[in-house]
Amino acid sequence: MFSLVQVELYKIFKRPRTYIAFGAVAALIGIIQFGLKLDGKSYLDFMLNDLSSSLEIDGKILNGYLVCYVMLQLLLVHVPLLIALIAADMISGEANMGTLRLLLIKPYSRATLLLAKFIAAIIYTLMLLVWLAILALFGSMLLFGTDDMFLLKTSYVVLLKESDVFWRYIGAFGFAALAMTTVASLGFFLSVFAENSIGPIVATMSVIVFFTILSTLNIPIFNLIKPYLFTTHMIGWKEFFDIKVNASNEAIIGSIQNPEKIIKAALVLFIHTIGFFVATVLVFRKKDILS
Amino acid sequence: MSSVIQVQGLTKKFGHHFTAVNDLSFSVNKGDVYGFLGQNGAGKSTTIRMLLSLITPTSGSIEIFGMPLQANRAAIMQNIGAVIEKPAMYEYLTAYQNLKIFSALSGVSKTRLQLLHELDVVGLAARAHDLVRTFSQGMKQRLAIAMAMVNDPQLILLDEPTNGLDPQGIADIRNLILQLSRVQGKTVLVSSHLLSEIEQVATRLIIIDKGCKLVEGDSKDLFDTSKSVVAIQTLNNIEATKLLMQTSWASHVLIDRSTDKEICMQLDEKLLPTLHKNLVEMGIGVLSVKPMHSLEDYFLRITSTPSYV
Amino acid sequence: MAQDAAQLIKKVKAKLELVDNYEATGVMKTDIAFIKAPIGKIKIYFRKPNLFKIKKEGGISLLPKGGLSVNLSSLIASSNYTTIDAGVQDVGDKKLRIVKLLPNEEISDVVISTLYINEKESLIEKAVTTTKENGTYTMLMNYGAYSNYGLPDKVVFEFNTKNYKLPKGITLEFEDDSKPLSAAQQLKNKKGRVEISYKNYSVNKGVPAAIFN
Repeated sequence: MFSLVQVELYKIFKRPRTYIAFGAVAALIGIIQFGLKLDGKSYLDFMLNDLSSSLEIDGKILNGYLVCYVMLQLLLVHVPLLIALIAADMISGEANMGTLRLLLIKPYSRATLLLAKFIAAIIYTLMLLVWLAILALFGSMLLFGTDDMFLLKTSYVVLLKESDVFWRYIGAFGFAALAMTTVASLGFFLSVFAENSIGPIVATMSVIVFFTILSTLNIPIFNLIKPYLFTTHMIGWKEFFDIKVNASNEAIIGSIQNPEKIIKAALVLFIHTIGFFVATVLVFRKKDILS
Repeated sequence: MSSVIQVQGLTKKFGHHFTAVNDLSFSVNKGDVYGFLGQNGAGKSTTIRMLLSLITPTSGSIEIFGMPLQANRAAIMQNIGAVIEKPAMYEYLTAYQNLKIFSALSGVSKTRLQLLHELDVVGLAARAHDLVRTFSQGMKQRLAIAMAMVNDPQLILLDEPTNGLDPQGIADIRNLILQLSRVQGKTVLVSSHLLSEIEQVATRLIIIDKGCKLVEGDSKDLFDTSKSVVAIQTLNNIEATKLLMQTSWASHVLIDRSTDKEICMQLDEKLLPTLHKNLVEMGIGVLSVKPMHSLEDYFLRITSTPSYV
Repeated sequence: MAQDAAQLIKKVKAKLELVDNYEATGVMKTDIAFIKAPIGKIKIYFRKPNLFKIKKEGGISLLPKGGLSVNLSSLIASSNYTTIDAGVQDVGDKKLRIVKLLPNEEISDVVISTLYINEKESLIEKAVTTTKENGTYTMLMNYGAYSNYGLPDKVVFEFNTKNYKLPKGITLEFEDDSKPLSAAQQLKNKKGRVEISYKNYSVNKGVPAAIFN
């Protein structure tokens, strides 16, 4: 298995298109950091307009921690496409090249090959997330410094002490990795049905966009299915940045407001990931390879 | 002689309406160069893919190295190498890198020198570190063969290996097949729609059409004029066939190949006049008796479409 | 015998004027319904007559606008106000004298200040100040070890806040499915409290002017 995974990773990272994703992430993060560095004050003034009429807010609000949060909110909608670029190509790309038939006449089962490819896709996903973390978090910390994290949510504000932020990012990135793995597993599953990777890539993104719309629309009939959609839970990483308060409305350092939400979301994502993979194996095992 | 491949009643249906392979039975012996002939769309590639477990048969059995395929897949695949249709490889990698990957996938650990030697055997040593996308069709075909041989298989399946090759390339493939068989003692199954290529290398062959076996046998027998195949057309071929089966001519009737359009018999050409006389005596209205002097005549007639490259 | 209101103010002022400057460490708790904030360690600086600064030891601080910068001393620093005796009120076991201060200057930001003074100790226990720019806020003082200087152990600022709501398109929280606020919650959101507990005062030891920049 190890050598199979090695071969798959070798193929992924020898392919120029793999680096598009890393480049795109770097470019996106760079442009946001550049924009905020140049004109972050205006952005802040706009966001704090309401609050600053009754409160004086002192301190380095636009610091690396806040900048990273803003970037994650934007990027974790777009990173799935970059994941799909590789994951949805894993089987269909081989079929397109004609190499799938060569891989399947080797002395290992189809399930073993799929598992090796799946593990390689997950490793790629994790590496992309690590790259994202390095640029978005550490890069922002370097560029903007650090301070407490002042989060403006829709109906309330959360102030996290500087020493209480970093571990939350570890959790958030870990969660994001799981969410992106679910995206990868969906792309991987759809990849089985085509002999050209464009179809599965577009299909993966279409599913995500469609489900995301269902997840965010506040229409009663959709509310029934929302809890079961994996897109509803992909933003579970945000829960790491909400804190509990005690009876005197004092934030409890090191706490999470809704830890059960994180656990539930992680479970849903995990079940989806396993489900997609198992479905892939079941479909692929008996598939006639005509490519 | 032990069978390396034993196929019984192999059938493959796609959907409800299309039968690609129909009740096909054949065997490949150890050391054979087994020619697998048929026009485009005859079912050759489908059969080969079933032998390689790429396609699941609808019915029938396949045994390779004396073991049922499905139950012993891993052990069987360890000893098979194949080039299936168009040569396929990772074009964004070099020849060396491709070979290295497939060596690793075969579970075979080879040194750099060994891999370069394998490329040298197929004449690609000088281009070992060039990207495959810069290769000609012939070079890709040679690399594909090197990749198929990397695990030193006992059985090699070559599906249309000369497609797209120039005459020199075709000759190279032919020599390679002969070398594999006669020098290295390997069993080779090679498919083609060109009889002329198979003629020169095959020790045994099979001709299929529309998924059915038409003829199978040793090449020397099939190309032997003393065992000519004769095509007889009568006023009622079905009745005539029944009558012949009741006579001493029965052993000469190739019942598998006889249809309502003609009766196929295999016999020494010298017996033709006697046959003709007997047919008339039996009251069979004979329209024509046509010996086929070469397997090619037969091949072209029965497959009834011109062969294209 | 009850003192004259103006006399009382003079006495309070005299006590406060014992302090030229001070530096104190303390703990600040922000209690606003729609803000989740932890307790923060702070340093407070004061220089006569009305330089006042709160510095959070690292981190972001949330303070009511305008309110905290107006401290007790600056409230009665100038003499340019009219004193109105507004009677007496019992608060707990204390009898507090109510004195209203009306600034004479039109341009003053303070419209009116109502002081609840502990006559016996000459300490302001409570101050309700209405300003032009920042509305009305209340200061509640608890005294302890430094009551001789008129320096409180604990100050609670109560002030008005605007209801907080940002559009989902700005916060990118499209998943937010929180219900609209009840009337009770909306009312809660309109009031904020900041509580400062002073731990150590360093009185009249000198505070550089640069701190207040």
